[in-house]
Amino acid sequence: MLRLEGVTKTYRVGAFGGRTLTAVDDVSFDLAPGEVVSLIGESGSGKTTLGKMVLGLLAPSSGSITLDGVPARPGKGYYRHVQGVFQDPFSCYNPVFKADRVLRMLKEQYFPEVAADEWDGRIEESLEAVRLDPGQVLGRYPHQLSGGQLQRLLIARALLLDLRYLVADEITSMLDASTRIDVLNLLADLKVRGLGVLFVTHDLSLGNYISERAVVLHRGRVVEAGPTELVFGNPLHPYTIRLLSAVPRLTARWDGDPGAFDVSAPGDPGDPGAPAASGDDGTQGPTTLVEAEPGHLVRRDETASLRSTR
Amino acid sequence: MTAVPTGRREVLYFALRNGKLLAGLAVLVPLLVLAAVAPLIAGDDPNAYVAAPASPPSAGNWFGTTMFGQDVFAQFAHGLRVTFLVGVLGGGLAGLVGMVIGFVAGYRGGLVDEVLNMLTNIVLVLPALAVLLIVNAYLGVRSVGVQALFIGLTSWPWAARAIRAQTFSLRSRDFVDLARLSGVRTWRIITREIAPNMSSYLFMTFILLFGGSILIAASLDFIGLGPSQGVSLGLMLNNAARWNALHLGLWWWFVPPGAGITAIVGALYVMNVGLDEVFNPKLREL
Amino acid sequence: MTLRVNDLRVHYRTLRGEVKALGGVTFDVGDGEILGLAGESGCGKTTLGKSLIRMDGRMRLAGGSAELDGRELPLGDDRRMNAFRFKEVSLVPQYSMSAMNPTRKIGKMVAELLASRGERLDTGELHRRLDLVELPRDVLTRYPIELSGGMKQRMVMVISTLLDPSLLIADEITSALDVSTQKAVARTLAEFRDRGFVRSMIFITHDISLTYQIADTIMIMYAGRLAEKAPASVIVSEPRHPYTRLLISSLPEVGVRYAERRLSGIPGRPPSLLDPPAGCRFRDRCPLAFDRCAEEPPAVEVAPGHHVACWKEA
Repeated sequence: MLRLEGVTKTYRVGAFGGRTLTAVDDVSFDLAPGEVVSLIGESGSGKTTLGKMVLGLLAPSSGSITLDGVPARPGKGYYRHVQGVFQDPFSCYNPVFKADRVLRMLKEQYFPEVAADEWDGRIEESLEAVRLDPGQVLGRYPHQLSGGQLQRLLIARALLLDLRYLVADEITSMLDASTRIDVLNLLADLKVRGLGVLFVTHDLSLGNYISERAVVLHRGRVVEAGPTELVFGNPLHPYTIRLLSAVPRLTARWDGDPGAFDVSAPGDPGDPGAPAASGDDGTQGPTTLVEAEPGHLVRRDETASLRSTR
Repeated sequence: MTAVPTGRREVLYFALRNGKLLAGLAVLVPLLVLAAVAPLIAGDDPNAYVAAPASPPSAGNWFGTTMFGQDVFAQFAHGLRVTFLVGVLGGGLAGLVGMVIGFVAGYRGGLVDEVLNMLTNIVLVLPALAVLLIVNAYLGVRSVGVQALFIGLTSWPWAARAIRAQTFSLRSRDFVDLARLSGVRTWRIITREIAPNMSSYLFMTFILLFGGSILIAASLDFIGLGPSQGVSLGLMLNNAARWNALHLGLWWWFVPPGAGITAIVGALYVMNVGLDEVFNPKLREL
Repeated sequence: MTLRVNDLRVHYRTLRGEVKALGGVTFDVGDGEILGLAGESGCGKTTLGKSLIRMDGRMRLAGGSAELDGRELPLGDDRRMNAFRFKEVSLVPQYSMSAMNPTRKIGKMVAELLASRGERLDTGELHRRLDLVELPRDVLTRYPIELSGGMKQRMVMVISTLLDPSLLIADEITSALDVSTQKAVARTLAEFRDRGFVRSMIFITHDISLTYQIADTIMIMYAGRLAEKAPASVIVSEPRHPYTRLLISSLPEVGVRYAERRLSGIPGRPPSLLDPPAGCRFRDRCPLAFDRCAEEPPAVEVAPGHHVACWKEA
């Protein structure tokens, strides 16, 4: 079990670090083996910061991240089980080296004792798991491969380890629609094999397609969380409702709600990252996560009485 | 296209097929060889008075003689040795200091960056010549090594700033995160992931520092703070200037050292452009 | 008929040869029509949009023509096109965030832009349009850097439609935006059309679900050619071209329970346009391909307003 408890990340900004900016505010949830949890949010929601903290690339300001009860510490031991794949496949490869260097790096760091033949066998196996043809990707430079191939190669790389959890941060947003679904299906296959996936995305339709549970982030805070069919089928928080109504669908045109232009100028308190004091998430004053129905959490005013569920 | 070898040999494969690199080497290697064998073909003492003063190039004195009857070719060959030595030592030291400070400041950021940045700026504004005058007055050392050491310790700041900026932008690339996720340690990330991305840039830095060292050495020689013994290309130029070689029409006195410095720095620059193509796989295909 | 494009061919010069980015496309856009241009990366949609307003230095008009309101557009002649740009054909670029001069106050920039076209600024009309996109009127006294990304996007939308052009080209203008902002921007575009600020529009995007929300007609492109063009609802509910069908069936939807049901992608990659294959360009990836596909399929009107370039439908 990968567990986040009260994870918060604040940055000091402005001259002499006079102001603080809360990118992630008191986020708690957990990720079990064999399940996909979607972390859904728009830009500035803190979803990428949260993903980086799970990967140990950023340290939380407070709160804890534990793997089977042991505090997560970036290092070889942790990365044996927890790995990440990022948004821009081209940026994940060092452009002056061949793409398969990402695999060799793992051998140097983790498996120096494994014989070359056996290692080649393992590579072939993991490439097969992501449905890549070794002849097409090995020995090539990153710019000679497609975005989809590069993304799969990164997943294959993670599979060479004793992988248990994968943080997938917007991994399909640079891919075309016709290849995007294949990468999603690949994650679903890995899930069946017991992998826990944290699927970070801004695209609700992808989150709806692949995940068992969804966590909706808004300005660093969880506003709604629960089983996917409840969050998407019976959204309770005004922000989630608005988000869902704005998603373009093929089955229906938009309703009357005009959507919202962003009105905050850069650097305003309303800038992405700062927690909303009021307004946009439909709440005022102190709020708390309330269990509206079994397993379905929603952020509500502390003072307001529970509104009835639909 | 024929089969291209892989790994380290691949760089060599493209290097040997790069016109710019080969042209630069074609200029540089003969000069290096000449410097290496100078004592064998030009005698041990370049300052000996060997022939009639101010005679133009001839079979006996290939580059002619100075106003005092010293052989210009012998001075040129020996001067190349000193010039290469000052360039390599001074440029190398400056490059090393600049790289260490630039990489650490750019990669670590935060407080480390601010302290190193302050140090860089202090050295940058030091009046180098004034410091040298004082150092020289107190220590009185005038060997080529000390000259190179001094040049190296004062000329690194701009290199450090340039490398810091490059490192800073590369650090945020995802492949650095991926290397961290592979358990690679910081220093290895800097040397194995970030530095190769700027290898041609680093080489360029070294070339500029190398050329800069040669030029600083020549200026120091002129104000009498150079090595008290021997000869360098800078010393030759300045001697020629001091004795009005230009007005007297002794062109063979100042053309060889001037052309020598220009050829060395120019050849290194052309090689740098060629190396960029060798190191960057995307440029190879064009 | 506002825009009539006939067998337009545009090539890109590269060091490896000419990329035939647009390989002969014919279509019309009617008065008051929003044409959604959709397809995957490299299908030629951006090239098409660009070639109707400004070819960059690497682009070359290899054939075909375009007519706007009955007048021929001099596509290959950059200087003669100047008379049409902004007045007749206008563009909202993908990165409108960087399309404004950072050293000029916005109001001054707008006045200068109009002056360069020999037009006078109608301040009242400008204010009405700012109100429409919910921008405060004092943005005109601010510098571009003082505006957020979404505000700049709206400002550019207002500026590029200020002279009521016949044709507006919007190229991927929402792809960098969040969903709720995306909705507001797309709706505003449709409203510009409704109010007659622009006569017709080409809305370029890779997102078919988005284009379906505002477009009257959708044109799907593949590898530099037209694959299918039909009224928006027909494209999403009864697509006829195999590529359109596969593409639409690969899109996951919010509000659908997938459970164990899987969607599938389209195996393979589009062909290289340096040396495009003869015949149907989707042939290699098409499950229905047969002998005839070695010949190039013409775009046939299978139903009123529904054009399909596929031998199975001809």
